[in-house]
Amino acid sequence: MQQTVVTRVWAAGLLALAILAPFFLYPVFVMNALCMALFACAFNLLLGYVGLLSFGHAAYLGTAAYVTAHAAKVWGLPPEAAIPAGVAVAAGLGLVFGWLAIRRQGIYFAMITLAFAQMVYFIALQAPFTGGENGIQGVPRGRLFGLLDLGDGLTMYYFVLAMFLVGFAIIMRTINSPFGQVLKAIRENEPRAVSLGYRADRYKLLAFVLSAALSGLAGSLKALVFQFAAISDVYWTASGEVVLMTLVGGLGTVLGPVVGAFILVTMQTYLSQTGSWVTIIEGIIFVVCVLTFRRGIVGVLAPYLTGRRASAEPLPEPPPAVEGHAQGLIEPAELR
Amino acid sequence: MFDWVHISLPPAQALFGQLLIGLINGSFYAILSLGLAIIFGLLNIINFTHGAQYMLGAFCAWFLLNVLGIGYWPALILAPIAVGITGIVIEQLFLKRIAGLDHLYGLLLTFGLALIIEGLFREQYGSSGQPYVIPPELQGVRNIGFMFLPYYRAWVIVASLGVCLATWFVIEKTRLGAYLRAATENPVLVQTFGINVPRLVTLTYGGGVALAALAGVLAAPIYQVRPQMGSDIIVVVFAVVVIGGMGSILGAIVSGFALGLIEGMTKVFYPEASNTVIFVIMALVLLVKPAGLFGRAA
Repeated sequence: MQQTVVTRVWAAGLLALAILAPFFLYPVFVMNALCMALFACAFNLLLGYVGLLSFGHAAYLGTAAYVTAHAAKVWGLPPEAAIPAGVAVAAGLGLVFGWLAIRRQGIYFAMITLAFAQMVYFIALQAPFTGGENGIQGVPRGRLFGLLDLGDGLTMYYFVLAMFLVGFAIIMRTINSPFGQVLKAIRENEPRAVSLGYRADRYKLLAFVLSAALSGLAGSLKALVFQFAAISDVYWTASGEVVLMTLVGGLGTVLGPVVGAFILVTMQTYLSQTGSWVTIIEGIIFVVCVLTFRRGIVGVLAPYLTGRRASAEPLPEPPPAVEGHAQGLIEPAELR
Repeated sequence: MFDWVHISLPPAQALFGQLLIGLINGSFYAILSLGLAIIFGLLNIINFTHGAQYMLGAFCAWFLLNVLGIGYWPALILAPIAVGITGIVIEQLFLKRIAGLDHLYGLLLTFGLALIIEGLFREQYGSSGQPYVIPPELQGVRNIGFMFLPYYRAWVIVASLGVCLATWFVIEKTRLGAYLRAATENPVLVQTFGINVPRLVTLTYGGGVALAALAGVLAAPIYQVRPQMGSDIIVVVFAVVVIGGMGSILGAIVSGFALGLIEGMTKVFYPEASNTVIFVIMALVLLVKPAGLFGRAA
């Protein structure tokens, strides 16, 4: 991708902001937001760049959190082993669920991923080692490579920031690689990509596994930040929240999910005492975004902020349903 | 009185008891997936609000009884009408505006509406359930030899079957149903024949929502009336829809009842898996017949 001076200045400014953040903001809050931002970026890799709406991404976030928490607490593994364990299990889960879900398209894909995530939720609720509704509490953060004590707030913060940047870099690299170009081709017109000789299902599955693994990284980090693997991280509400973060920030934009995650985490932090109002407000944001604000904050602002009208890549307005039928993009359903 | 559900009693009792509960759950799955399929056929929207509307039906019946003193039988008619009207309002205010967009927006919009509705009720009534008494005509239990059959549960199964068959009849055998099927197939062509397709779309959404509310009223005396009752069931209904495929009315009915029964049997033989068995079946169906048991190949 062509990097202009303006985007470089923005990137440097944001990085400086992230490095200085723990000195004027509560570090755990920023770390939580960074984890959710990574989660949303991983989700956006699928929805924004492949056009696959996974409504069950909490499964990978939550499973990795449980595995990392269990590995660190019960097996006593250090973070450099506990985090890869969580990521690996999330990737494996993504491989199985993705392999099954890509057999159906469009709306069915969303329903299947949601159903599988609900299955993971029930397993997390009932399995003997997950602590039921209490989750796994009192997870030790440990010492990274035996050197860095992650129990220290600032050390943990910079570790989380570094991991976030690694994840973000992987996503950027993927989007801008030839592989990413094929993904976008599949998003735009799958039959044409297939006719050009690309095995669309393999590309989709690889993107799905990558997205699940990075969601897992977010979940593993979150478990260490809060020293807690929570049942709410596997529930469908978490799957809905990541969709909302991406939608608010801007589908298919690089920074959109990060902006969306920070907005939503801020809102949840300030409204956490008001009970159900968080849910109600999230619902209202969903409705408003879908009706009037489909390009999201970054999708709308990016062209102005970077001085390049063409820099943002919003999800194109799809063709009307009737045309979709004719093109065979939408699975026809009939009432017979 | 309901000790027979307990596991220590003879297995036949437990088996038939769970099968009965399975059939009842299955009737709710059938009615809800039927409504989802009808709405999806015409509006191209997966109605995530369906669970919330099922919950609204139950709360509407509860409200009619406890605030206005209107009993179960009128509620069976009034609650679906009232909730159906809210559905028409939702269609006019929101869904109309996103017609023609990618259907993922429909899912997200109705998901947002579901969050709002459920959140408002949780704010008002908390997470605990409100009991709804069984109407006096249907209280009591009958010994039918191999098991005790509570009258109300028998009624729910009969009523649900009746509702499903009536819906099937309307869609397959009436003029209105013919319009509906034609508009599902090709709305533009049907409109050129002088049929008011936008109105048909609105009424279809209202009708599908009313079906969900009816299931809610039927469920109110069995399960407590809770704000989360909708989100608990909607994900399972999605799995049922994936298994059955949305291409067929009878398919939705059959797979709804069958999966309820299988869930009930799992509760007897391997209770730990009863929550997940439907999702496992969904995975197997995706392996063997990705289009769904009654679906058309994509």
